[in-house]
Amino acid sequence: MRSRVAALPYVLIFAAAAAIPLAGDDYLVVIATRAAVYWVLVSGLNLVVGFAGQLAIGWVSLLTIGAYTTSIIVARGWLGPLPALAVAGVAGALAGVLVGLPALRLRTFYFAMTTLGFATIVTQVALAWTDVTGGGIGIAGPTLPAPLDSRTGFYLFCLALAALCTWMTLNIAASRFGRALVGLRDAEVAAEAMGISKAHLLVTVFLFSGATAAVAGGLFATLQSYITPDAFTFDLSVLFFIAILIGGRGSVLGPLLGAILLTALPEFAAPLVAWSTFLYAALLLVIVIALPGGIADLLDQRRRRKLPQDRLVVPRPDLVPSLITRRPDRPAMILSGVRLSFGAVRAIDGLDLVLRPGEAHGLIGPNGSGKTTTLNVISGFSVPQEGEVRIGDAPLRSGATQIRAGLGIARTFQTPRAIGEASLRENVMIGGSIEGHASFAECMLALPRHRRDEATLRAQAERCLRIVGLEALADERADRLQHSELRFMEVARALMLRPAFLLLDEPAAGLSADEITRLGALIKAIREAGCGVLLVEHHADLIFDICDRVTVLNLGRELAAGTPSEIRAHREVVSAYLGG
Amino acid sequence: MLSSILSTGFAIGAIYALIAVTYNVMFSASRVMSFTAGQVGMLGGVFGAWFILRLHLPIVVGFPLTLLACAGIGVLTEIVAVRPVIAGLEKHLYVLSTLALALMMQQFTAIEWSTEPQPFPRIVGRGFGLDEKFWLPLLACAAVILGLELLYRRTLVGRAFLAIAEDNYAASALGLPVRDLRMASFALAGAIAGLAGFAGGELLLASIANGPMLNFYGFVPVALGGLGNNRGAIAGGLLLGLFQQAANFLVGGVLVSVAVFSAFIVVLMAAPQGLFGAPPTRRV
Repeated sequence: MRSRVAALPYVLIFAAAAAIPLAGDDYLVVIATRAAVYWVLVSGLNLVVGFAGQLAIGWVSLLTIGAYTTSIIVARGWLGPLPALAVAGVAGALAGVLVGLPALRLRTFYFAMTTLGFATIVTQVALAWTDVTGGGIGIAGPTLPAPLDSRTGFYLFCLALAALCTWMTLNIAASRFGRALVGLRDAEVAAEAMGISKAHLLVTVFLFSGATAAVAGGLFATLQSYITPDAFTFDLSVLFFIAILIGGRGSVLGPLLGAILLTALPEFAAPLVAWSTFLYAALLLVIVIALPGGIADLLDQRRRRKLPQDRLVVPRPDLVPSLITRRPDRPAMILSGVRLSFGAVRAIDGLDLVLRPGEAHGLIGPNGSGKTTTLNVISGFSVPQEGEVRIGDAPLRSGATQIRAGLGIARTFQTPRAIGEASLRENVMIGGSIEGHASFAECMLALPRHRRDEATLRAQAERCLRIVGLEALADERADRLQHSELRFMEVARALMLRPAFLLLDEPAAGLSADEITRLGALIKAIREAGCGVLLVEHHADLIFDICDRVTVLNLGRELAAGTPSEIRAHREVVSAYLGG
Repeated sequence: MLSSILSTGFAIGAIYALIAVTYNVMFSASRVMSFTAGQVGMLGGVFGAWFILRLHLPIVVGFPLTLLACAGIGVLTEIVAVRPVIAGLEKHLYVLSTLALALMMQQFTAIEWSTEPQPFPRIVGRGFGLDEKFWLPLLACAAVILGLELLYRRTLVGRAFLAIAEDNYAASALGLPVRDLRMASFALAGAIAGLAGFAGGELLLASIANGPMLNFYGFVPVALGGLGNNRGAIAGGLLLGLFQQAANFLVGGVLVSVAVFSAFIVVLMAAPQGLFGAPPTRRV
């Protein structure tokens, strides 16, 4: 039922669009064709900009590549226009990866600059490579075979492709890939800890987005009927990019409306044509400053729904065994001789630690004693200069963050890392990303394996939310929740992996006394289900209550280790840390 | 040929270097990279031509007016595109807000000025053996290096700039007027970019195409030299100018842009923080 309501705006938009030729206004059809062609590109780019948050501002380069590839193939008589369009798609996919590759290493402004540079280069090559592209004189665009050669026929063809792209990107958006993209954008570190590979995912998305852009380029060449490098101005890039941001990041409907709006606006206000790019830019500035969520945020009713005021998080520790049942005789995690310095500061100075399944291990010590750094070494965010982490006899490759999830290592963070505009359920489902089986293509086409994945992940997320006591808020946006609720959400997300080892970084910070008690009971249940829990905490009472063993760190070294009662009696620890 | 490569290369390189310094001055004060750097450089040329050739103001009036106007645009950038988003710096919204403002500057100039390159006035009128269009950018570059050096080392305001560049938070805790200093830095950055455009006016003409061009080639030395590193930026800018001119003569045309761009990408992929930049900070 919900999905039918969600589909309604798209059905309305495309039905209205299909009816346009009936109006009998040829010019209107041309504008609508242009909007459809642009949307074919923008829908793909939306995954890059809106979902993955990569600021690709020079995407017109791929439109250019697609337009020239199609036109040249057809002009030389190598292939017919439709196969040429397919070849352009392949070429665009490869070019998309080429343009996108810097994003794997470079961030925001730097990446934006490289895409701009690429766009300049492509135009210059198109101008200079006269033998092939016709240089400044240009080249004729392909004419599609009948019945697609008529104005209406071509329009309906473009519209069908636009609808197909909408459907495919909607499928991606609602899949584990879509969630993972947004995860990389808003909570990159958490996403990596959940086993999401940034490189893999971005390359896939650049392939897709490059392909749709190049197909749009082929259609653009047909629409223009003749192309020169001048046709591919930077203004087009601006239009594509701004349509997405005005529409709102992480939405498909918003950018669709944005693309229609920006294409149509100057056409219906003739004096504005010269000023259109200026207006787009001004609109972007206003959106960025006043409404960073764009149109999509305006349409999102969850932003306005009232939440109950005095809500309590009541976990259900009794349900943990239904999720995790691990035999306690599995190998332990062993840290031996770990050393790590940041410049002259020795964060960890030769640490040995054993985390056994079914055991809660407390890690305490003053600020700067190396607690979080220890967790970071285990989860791969910090690379030790010496020593190693093993599970049983198998060493963990240091620095490889993404392989941790596959080994059953889950963690939470000192400050909760959530995706604000995603629902709590979606946030938790990200935790199970690596358990999906369907490929990107299967998700895109909503094939059965993808639907099974979704059903499984969804059910599992419901179960994890129930365990931590947040099931009533599953549909709410994470940015509307309280700090303590986000802490429990992070535990739920970590539980999605059914972890063998769970690393908790100050899970009780900011919680009320009652909440800490309930959290303690939950952690006990997780431990009893056979999971090894490593707990960094400043609440000594919680540590002593639930931990089987405690390690006290000071200046990166072990000050003391033993059972809670041994630690409580340790003179140095009491004087240095606990206070006596 | 060699003398031509050297004179044009150093002159263009000096302009790139000044735009790179513009990026750095803004970045030091705010941790913001702004797309307006190259556009203000373009405006330096346009304002110069407008004041002197169209409004027939004498150079001694037109030149300071150009710098003043560009400094004003720097302040405008800070107020409109930086201040509203500086609180959430980690969201990188400044990339979008400064891009929007840069596009507005470019479009406005295109419509109200011209889309075609316009002539730029002679400034000195004497050659000293080398045409002034080749040594004016170098002179401007030297003046900026010297001026910044004096500012940072000898004046209290300059030390305050260094303080906010080092640690914004600590500086504001010490009672430094961080917001005013940031605004002053943007004014300074605007004046430097304006000087670059003015000094390079005879070489580049007063053309809106200079905006994106300077944006990119001014950024290359910043990226390669490391953010905030002015020495790297100036050396990088001059080298880039020389390399570009040499390649222009040797292979010519479009291959030069491809070569510069490819080298830029390869170096950045190998060292994302630049050749002389600081290593990345801790993520968790």
